[in-house]
Amino acid sequence: MVEATGHRMGSSHGQEQPAAVAHTDSHQEHPIKLYLVVWVWLFILSACSYLVDYFQLQGMLRWSLIIIFMLLKAGLIVAIFMHMAWERLSLVYAILVPPLVVLVFVWIMTVESNYTLWTRMTFFGAAP
Amino acid sequence: MAETTLSHVPPQMRPSGLRGVAADWSSDQRAFKNVSWGKAMMWVFLLSDTFVFGCFLIAYMTARMSTVEPWPNASEVFALHLFGRDLPLILIAIMTFVLISSSGTMAMAVNFAYRRDRKRTAILMLLTAVLGATFVGMQAFEWSKLIMEGVRPWGNPWGAAQFGSAFFMITGFHGTHVTIGVIFLLIVARKVARGDYDTDARGFFTSRRGNYESVEIMGLYWHFVDLVWVFIFAFFYLW
Repeated sequence: MVEATGHRMGSSHGQEQPAAVAHTDSHQEHPIKLYLVVWVWLFILSACSYLVDYFQLQGMLRWSLIIIFMLLKAGLIVAIFMHMAWERLSLVYAILVPPLVVLVFVWIMTVESNYTLWTRMTFFGAAP
Repeated sequence: MAETTLSHVPPQMRPSGLRGVAADWSSDQRAFKNVSWGKAMMWVFLLSDTFVFGCFLIAYMTARMSTVEPWPNASEVFALHLFGRDLPLILIAIMTFVLISSSGTMAMAVNFAYRRDRKRTAILMLLTAVLGATFVGMQAFEWSKLIMEGVRPWGNPWGAAQFGSAFFMITGFHGTHVTIGVIFLLIVARKVARGDYDTDARGFFTSRRGNYESVEIMGLYWHFVDLVWVFIFAFFYLW
């Protein structure tokens, strides 16, 4: 925060940087209109994903639409509402890359559950 | 109260892009150059919470993929009889819109907080809290409806037993997050309305001086709750 800009450790001698320390904090001031536009888009995307269920779309069309609408909504919330679009890349990577590793976990558990299903059908004689 | 040393080089003079990542992380100071520790820690907390919800959703996926019994059709289970016909998933859709609206009001509250507009900030935060409480109320209604229909963590009338456990665990944990969020929204809104952040009043719990960034940090948490719901809506209710 702003009070920390007073720390000038290491720069007490040598190079002089008088007014360069003005505003280190990232104050986010954007027009209200931006938030309203994102809000409207979130409404539209939610309505679209609801309509996917309402019209009972099935198969690949259903899954891909659900995923696309979900990712678009998540992206809008993180980028605009949570101001991620205006942060430095260090923070963006530190926060957004680790969740991607969860996809590896998803893959592991997919393999595992396919195996579990196979054993259940083979050894317990249950048909899906 | 010691802040970690901020770099005396303004961020716009530092390298950007990938080179900036390397420079920031290897600078032997703080990696997040223009983010206060409070905000950075909220992000780290949200990251850990992402893993918690990620584990829940993966557990749900595993249970659903490996069961030999049919999975209950969410579209029918969560349908409501309104206006003389069954509307599939209508309650969940309304809950989604309520939560998105609360996210919108929260984003605007953060904006007004940085303009030092106390009144508008407090009103928008209260509105956010009301919408959040509405969401929890609708969830309570949904829970009692399903419990009356015989859904239990160990079984339900329509198929795979894991449906109940996954449902109560995931939505229950999310509802808890919303509830905690509402409580904190009310606390921060009260501080804003009272002018604590303008008069540098000390907080009742940590005895530290707050500032308007608390509103943004609160907003991060609230948007995260909305974000998690986006994934729950897609994977649990629509899939």
